[in-house]
Amino acid sequence: MSKPAIASPQLRQGSWPRRGLIGIVLVYVAFLILAPMAGLIAGAFQHGPSAVIAALTDPNLLAAFGRTLSIAVIVVVVHTIFGTAVAWVLVRHRFRGRDLINGLIDLPFAMSPVVVGYMLLLLFGRRGLLAPVLQALDIQVAFALPGMILATLFVTMPFMIRELMPVLEAFDMEQEHAAATLGASGWQTFWRITVPALRWGFVYGIVLTFARALGEFGAVLIIGGGVEGGTDTATLYIYHALEERQYVAAYSTALVLGILSLALVLGTDLLRKKRK
Amino acid sequence: MRGLALSYVLLMLVIPLIVIAQDGLREGVEGMWRAVSQPVASSALGLTVWTGAVMALINGVMGLLTAHVLVRYTFPGKALLNAIIDLPLAIPTLVTGVMLVVLYGPQAALGSWLDKTLDLRIIFAPPGIILALLFITYPFVVRTVQSVLLSLEREQEEVAATLGASSWTIFRRVIFPELAMPLFSGMLLSFARAVGEFGAIVIVAGNIPLRTQTAAVYVFGEVESENRMAASAISVVMLALAFGLVFLVDQLQKRTRRRAG
Repeated sequence: MSKPAIASPQLRQGSWPRRGLIGIVLVYVAFLILAPMAGLIAGAFQHGPSAVIAALTDPNLLAAFGRTLSIAVIVVVVHTIFGTAVAWVLVRHRFRGRDLINGLIDLPFAMSPVVVGYMLLLLFGRRGLLAPVLQALDIQVAFALPGMILATLFVTMPFMIRELMPVLEAFDMEQEHAAATLGASGWQTFWRITVPALRWGFVYGIVLTFARALGEFGAVLIIGGGVEGGTDTATLYIYHALEERQYVAAYSTALVLGILSLALVLGTDLLRKKRK
Repeated sequence: MRGLALSYVLLMLVIPLIVIAQDGLREGVEGMWRAVSQPVASSALGLTVWTGAVMALINGVMGLLTAHVLVRYTFPGKALLNAIIDLPLAIPTLVTGVMLVVLYGPQAALGSWLDKTLDLRIIFAPPGIILALLFITYPFVVRTVQSVLLSLEREQEEVAATLGASSWTIFRRVIFPELAMPLFSGMLLSFARAVGEFGAIVIVAGNIPLRTQTAAVYVFGEVESENRMAASAISVVMLALAFGLVFLVDQLQKRTRRRAG
């Protein structure tokens, strides 16, 4: 506002069209995005705060949130290890098929979560390809936690790799060479030089993976079987609560999940802006 | 290290994709066609495509307008508006669906008012699907157009203005040709995203065959009733559609970059 908006001729002539266009955009955003968000808050509190608290302290819901959190933590750990390896290989190594692999990484973003869940069911389900192996080893994957972890791993695969790759590319390899010249071992160089240089990539990758894992629904619904109780995550709990017309429970849980995801992602964005 | 990384990608991504493609084509292209042309299946695919197309058109117009307003005008609340655009990316789509049901559902004041006075049903009807898709994909067009608009040189516009062109003419003849490509790829990306959407739609549209069942919801239903051929065939169609669109956008963006740089 310190700089006048009247910068070029065509802006000066069109003050009314200009106000009109700004007005249209503001109304659109208010109606499309803000109204539903406000609606959810109002819906959750329709019977007062005590109903919300009662709904949120339901032991089934707490167990579902616990399951969601443990899936998200495991997924973050796996992607931190393997995602680093994949990003490292894609940035540092030159080999045939590198572009192909690089293109494949983003596929989960383009895939329907339902199809992801179904693919895993074809592999691990009761009549899946791997059913004989799983039966012999007595491992239950589908309709159990391992299947839900696999589904969440699949849909969150790109985040860590895509956050780490640019940081790795920007990272000056001379530091590593210097450390190696001074006699540091490969591991020492990796832990003392490389990991600290990549830390912001790790932070963003972890938060985005975690936030996406919290909200995953379609893939987990199919592979988890949606049997209430044993395999409910927070999102599945919302789905089942709606089906049973437990509106306050569904809305309050959705509100908590929405706030949690928003806080994580917006917090990272703020951090990113501050660092710039 | 390379072996570890490559086998991770192979195990996690490639094998599941091969399995589903093989399963969908188990009875050949003909068998797949038979599954896809079942009335309930083709109606689900049709609904997915037309609601996605309507969404992409509205998103194109409103996204272009939003980007224009954000780049060219200064007004109070602009920074806030810019931040709000990205909110949909952070909200789980299931939660988006719940939000719309709360606002427009039959129990809600607004929903029942619209139904009674305007005879307009939003929830359990196509408008709800379109609204949910618009919410989820709002940033797609805005951000692709915004970055190009920011990088445009203003000189041509100033010359046109000096020569007496009206602001509408300047937009149509000078600015829009530069934005057409990013606008189109933003619309295609939002359409690709819409093809696979499940969480918001299953809440908002319900699961009414031939009326509000989209392709993703149809696959869910067929998996539940263990109709493997139908589920696999429609999954393969959805995958092909989404991958084809993403590939197309990739090529378009490469071409734009080559021309610009």
